[in-house]
Amino acid sequence: MTWVWSNLDFIWDRTLDHLLVSVPPIILSFLIAVPLGWLAHRYRVSRGIILTVVGLFYAVPSLPLFIVLPFIVGTSVRSPLNLIIALTLYGVALLVRVVADGLESVDREVRQSATAVGFSARSQFWQVELPLAGPVLLAGLRVVAVSTVSLATVGAVIGAQSLGSLFTDGFQRGIQSEIMAGIVATVALALILDGILVLLGRMIMPWTRPQAAVVRRAAELKRVAA
Amino acid sequence: MIEFRSVTKRFADGTVAVDNFNLVLPSRKTTVLVGTSGSGKTTLLRMINRMVDPTSGTVEIDGADIGTLEPVKLRRGIGYVMQNSGLLPHRKVIDNVATVPMLRGLTRKKAREDALLLLDTVGLDRSLADRYPSQLSGGQQQRVGVARGLAVNPNILLMDEPFGAVDPIVRAELQQELLRLQRELDKTVVFVTHDIDEAFLLGDQVAILRTGGKIAQVGTPAEILANPADEFVATFVGAERGKRSLHLENHGHGDVLVDGDGRLAGVLVGAPTTQDKAGPASGPGASAPGVEPR
Repeated sequence: MTWVWSNLDFIWDRTLDHLLVSVPPIILSFLIAVPLGWLAHRYRVSRGIILTVVGLFYAVPSLPLFIVLPFIVGTSVRSPLNLIIALTLYGVALLVRVVADGLESVDREVRQSATAVGFSARSQFWQVELPLAGPVLLAGLRVVAVSTVSLATVGAVIGAQSLGSLFTDGFQRGIQSEIMAGIVATVALALILDGILVLLGRMIMPWTRPQAAVVRRAAELKRVAA
Repeated sequence: MIEFRSVTKRFADGTVAVDNFNLVLPSRKTTVLVGTSGSGKTTLLRMINRMVDPTSGTVEIDGADIGTLEPVKLRRGIGYVMQNSGLLPHRKVIDNVATVPMLRGLTRKKAREDALLLLDTVGLDRSLADRYPSQLSGGQQQRVGVARGLAVNPNILLMDEPFGAVDPIVRAELQQELLRLQRELDKTVVFVTHDIDEAFLLGDQVAILRTGGKIAQVGTPAEILANPADEFVATFVGAERGKRSLHLENHGHGDVLVDGDGRLAGVLVGAPTTQDKAGPASGPGASAPGVEPR
């Protein structure tokens, strides 16, 4: 434990590094997955193709991908950009299916009634389908956030600084508490990001909480009846 | 005025939903399309706002072929109320009502002000404005649905079994509300239902449909009841059985009306104008209670 106390600065810096390589992929993968998921949802032909191709991304082992990527994209081998691109790919692989399923989950009747009152296809997507797919998207985004934070540690092997550096460094120098600190910090970071997403979801989608209100109303009615 | 001219709808799988349909729906009146499932009544309704386009034939609104109009623009000018309200679950009641005016470019503030007035119109308390649809009862949701349908002050209001999913007491209440609204607002209402009682209660003109979108009979409720075109219509309106086939019985103290099952239905107020014994449903007061032709 003394290692932890005397290296708080180091842990904090690696935490910031970790955020730097894991938050952009979470956001980017969402932004990329929405149009792809829409395409997959919209047309039957594209659904099969897109979901299969994107699903295959996930089958690519991470370590070789980190090593090969710089040659494909032309970045320097030690650039954190490699890690960001790789993690984005994994995020997209997970999220495209989620977006397609989320859009699919929107009630047919609501969609028809939106058309009936005069939503154009575009306004219907932005104002009706995407927000109503929200709860499913959020569930997928939470998985992606947690898995991205944990995957980002692998970057340490190829020299991209992150909380994973605590593993590699601790392993090389035989410092147990440094490895433990790395694990705890990674899990904590994942939980914090997850919590932020849940809070964001509640703020952006207040209608997903009416259950509480329904219960409250039922209680009110009961009191009135009594 | 809405006019169907030899309209046929054949779906991709070959089923003919509507076959050579002709009907004029007069302005500022309620026309009810009534029929069992498969009679094409909803398909017909959806042709009026181009949710469905006919395979052949034309639908005209005030003489203009709507096939030439842009669907989204057309729909924004026509009120639409459906079963289970069809409200947007992620928007508050007030915003649901304000939706279409905002799509037409009204500011949020103005649209919300108008929406509050509409809540008054349909008999909803303003305190419900900030609730989400799932926090309302079925009857309240339908009222919001009607308010939304009226939000752009359309000439035409399309109603697709709007009261089909609420319990009978609430339904009766909503039906009376609609009659009141119609007296105040004078819209051209097209109402789809499978309930003949509802059709006779609400309709100035009733079109009874048989399978495949064929008209079995069109007329005022009184015309149909007094003179069913054929066996199918007679059975459908129940003129030959149950509560609509009334006859007079003398019970010593005076005449009472008795229905086909032998239950007391009421008394005749005022003497029949005609003395002929042509049929049970020929006098002015002889149509079933609450079905007075308007």
